Amino acid sequence: MPFIPHSEQDIEQMLSAIGVGSIDDLFDEIPDDLRCGELEKIPVGMNEMEVTRLLREKAAQDGLPLCFLGAGAYEHHIPAAVWEITTRGEFYSAYTPYQAEASQGTLQLLYEYQSMMASLMAMDVSNASLYDGASALAEAVLMAVRANKKTKSRKILMPLATHPVYRSVTEAIVKNQNIELVNVPFDLATGQTDLAALEELSADDFAALVIPQPNFFGVLENVDALTTWAAANKIISIAVVNPMAMALLKPPGEWGDTGVDIACGEGQPLGVPLASGGPYFGFMCCKQQHVRQMPGRIIGRTTDLEGKQGFTLTLQAREQHIRRSKATSNICTNQGLLVTAATIYMSLLGPEGLKKVALNSHKNTQLLSNRLTSIKGVKAVFSGATFHECVIQLETDVKQLINTFAREHHILAGFEVSAHYPELGNALMVCATETRTENDIEQFVTTLDTLLNG
Amino acid sequence: MLIFEQSHNGRASNAQLPQDSDTLASLPADALRVSKPNLPEVSEMQVVRHFTRLSQKNFSIDTHFYPLGSCTMKYNPRACNTLASLPEFTGRHPLGPSLHGQGFLSCMYELQGMLKEVTGMQAVSLSPAAGAQGEFAGVAMIKAYHDDRKDTARCEILVPDAAHGTNPASAVMCGYKVREIPTGKNGDVDIEALKEAIGPQTAGIMLTNPSTLGVFDRKIKEIAGIVHDAGGLLYYDGANLNAILGKVRPGDMGFDVIHMNLHKTFSTPHGGGGPGAGPVGVSKRLKPYLPVPIVGKKEGQYALLDENDCPKTIGRMSAFAGNAGVLLRAYIYAKMLGREGMSRVAEFATLNANYLLKRLMEVGYDAAYPDRRATHEFILTLKKQAKELDVTAMDVAKRLLDYDFHAPTTYFPLLIPECLLIEPTETEAKETLDGFIDTMAKILVEAKDDAQLLKQAPYTLPVRRLDDVKAVKQLDVVWNNKTELNG
Repeated sequence: MPFIPHSEQDIEQMLSAIGVGSIDDLFDEIPDDLRCGELEKIPVGMNEMEVTRLLREKAAQDGLPLCFLGAGAYEHHIPAAVWEITTRGEFYSAYTPYQAEASQGTLQLLYEYQSMMASLMAMDVSNASLYDGASALAEAVLMAVRANKKTKSRKILMPLATHPVYRSVTEAIVKNQNIELVNVPFDLATGQTDLAALEELSADDFAALVIPQPNFFGVLENVDALTTWAAANKIISIAVVNPMAMALLKPPGEWGDTGVDIACGEGQPLGVPLASGGPYFGFMCCKQQHVRQMPGRIIGRTTDLEGKQGFTLTLQAREQHIRRSKATSNICTNQGLLVTAATIYMSLLGPEGLKKVALNSHKNTQLLSNRLTSIKGVKAVFSGATFHECVIQLETDVKQLINTFAREHHILAGFEVSAHYPELGNALMVCATETRTENDIEQFVTTLDTLLNG
Repeated sequence: MLIFEQSHNGRASNAQLPQDSDTLASLPADALRVSKPNLPEVSEMQVVRHFTRLSQKNFSIDTHFYPLGSCTMKYNPRACNTLASLPEFTGRHPLGPSLHGQGFLSCMYELQGMLKEVTGMQAVSLSPAAGAQGEFAGVAMIKAYHDDRKDTARCEILVPDAAHGTNPASAVMCGYKVREIPTGKNGDVDIEALKEAIGPQTAGIMLTNPSTLGVFDRKIKEIAGIVHDAGGLLYYDGANLNAILGKVRPGDMGFDVIHMNLHKTFSTPHGGGGPGAGPVGVSKRLKPYLPVPIVGKKEGQYALLDENDCPKTIGRMSAFAGNAGVLLRAYIYAKMLGREGMSRVAEFATLNANYLLKRLMEVGYDAAYPDRRATHEFILTLKKQAKELDVTAMDVAKRLLDYDFHAPTTYFPLLIPECLLIEPTETEAKETLDGFIDTMAKILVEAKDDAQLLKQAPYTLPVRRLDDVKAVKQLDVVWNNKTELNG
């Protein structure tokens, strides 16, 4: 019996101790007419050897194409030590650290994670993570509405240059609480959020402004001006950023005159594999004054009976298992294992390593962008400076092109921007992280040139 | 020692550094970072040693018995991790064309089918990232259903007082008011109270069955009838699905929507508090509202169905397709169990729980519901010990840690005084259960002889009992960042 250790003798002894004749007798409180028969549509079990063969075949079917695709999930090198340690049974199979004395490993690690993430964002505090970047933004919006005591407004300024799926996830999560997302357009020339359009909206009352950095197009926003504008209008500012980029770019805590109120985003670039989109982890940091409005687990350092340093879940009065219907969020788990990986990743890379990864990703994308736009029929869409993605415009159907690249050349050519932004025409967004070599880039460029110009 | 305290300026894990790069040409100076983030500067071996040592300060399933009620801490098979970590799976970009994902998507398609069959629901979406997100999706679907029918006066969700805290919190996130339904003396929902509470304002009810009290609600069909007759829908919290896998199906009990905790029933790891996965299953009438993406077939190929294919969807819960890697582990587990293995899960989880309950009662503990059959879990109440010996459920729980057993769930459900909620799961052997019983008996003797011994426990762990009040009052949640923080 897979994963069940009982021998016939065990079963007999246990049934006799309980005082019943058979295991089936233990289900005697379930009404007979509710009992189901055999689950015919579920196949019979496989042993480990059989299932290994099956999964290897399925994996081989998918292959490993050369990746120039980003759009919210990025291929970075992950040091071998990261997942070797993360999948140690003591991390992998541990429970949520409610019993602090028996969970000091996980708790100290989470405290170190919070410290690293807060510092990377230049913010006061961090929680122990949320599900992913998109749901973290939704939670940040809910938090901003709670935290903004200066207005009763439930309207949020949401730049259209924010990741389109993040916008729709946020919409799905907040709409039932009568929160309204108001679009802020972007400048078609630069790809940056349109400050003048924002100014026009300022007559109305808003709870928060979302500031993406880099934005969905990979373009750097004028974050200082946006943050200062929000503060001047007594609006909570929410940064949604790529954490890798923050090793190179000015972090949200230093934007404008005041820094932002809340910083959140997708933690995947920090040591988490692409893995079809998850599990990843969402991070969230905020100013000290908002900490009691923050959703999710928070770990604190304290002392034990003997005065020795120890770590424990803290500010639990915000959470669902205590406050039930009055909790800051329904969230129960964090993404503990992914945060374990990210903490080990950040420790291995250090401040210089992280900056070099960011810089190399930027440099490779620059090279890619320059080479691509030198091809006949290809031009850059935006003039704004970019981090490690850029949008190019073609004279051909992007969807078909992506499929041709995948099918015939085993290359993921990028993201079809036109699907979400038809106004940008045949637009393709490409990305080259530090994992791409000059040869990779050359292969992509040559293939595109051949496909377009024969 | 913290990793930061091992940091030396200028030290690095050099094998991990990409080639030098000094190009900054296209970036405006005011966009760049000036301050250096406070990340540790340490060698690779220091990192490996530090985090390996931290891991050794944890209890885990791989090292300890975890009789943690309502959490289903069963063995996480190694094959699930090894196979889900094949490079083609971990390297697959979520937005890559489905042509490079037929292998992965076929696993997800089959998993949807197996979950449908084992729960008796009509359709499944795998996208919610955890149980609580599954709950949110489930209640949001109930709301979308009523809204779609212009039945907008329904503003209330009923929740039994024994429910998980996530239930009322999820209902509120969907814009509902929450009304609590009391539990009857025998542990079943109080039917009369339900009849009083229900009405045209009721959108639905959220139930766990077996409930968190460790008993199967025998009147579930009557409850379903009452709720449906009033126009409400039934939500099934799948936290306790392990108890009934292959025995009873929520769909057959009359539930309209269910979430499953794959990190419980389908043995994906808890990972020190996540990731989970909380797929939702629905009856026919809620099918149009399922969260996207859903794995389907288009022109003979597996594909992710989106808003265009499912126009009435409640939308997306995460940026991509949920916790794919967790789903893959659950798939592998389900394939290894097969149909006969699934019903064995419920059988042996129930056998272990009933054996443990019976033997613990014999050594002197009181069951909260002594006249009821235990399901996969049961509750002990230490009300008597608290009164007579001044020993609480927390004291017993902490003392267990000294004997190398993880504590059961304490103080949940809230309505049972001084409770221990105990769930052994099917993967534990009889001798482990016997060892736990002997230890519990020993602790009871200790409680009578020297209650102080228990009140100060644990003694043998990396730390003694921690000062939680200080942790809140002198809030210290980041190391040496900016100024000393006082909350």
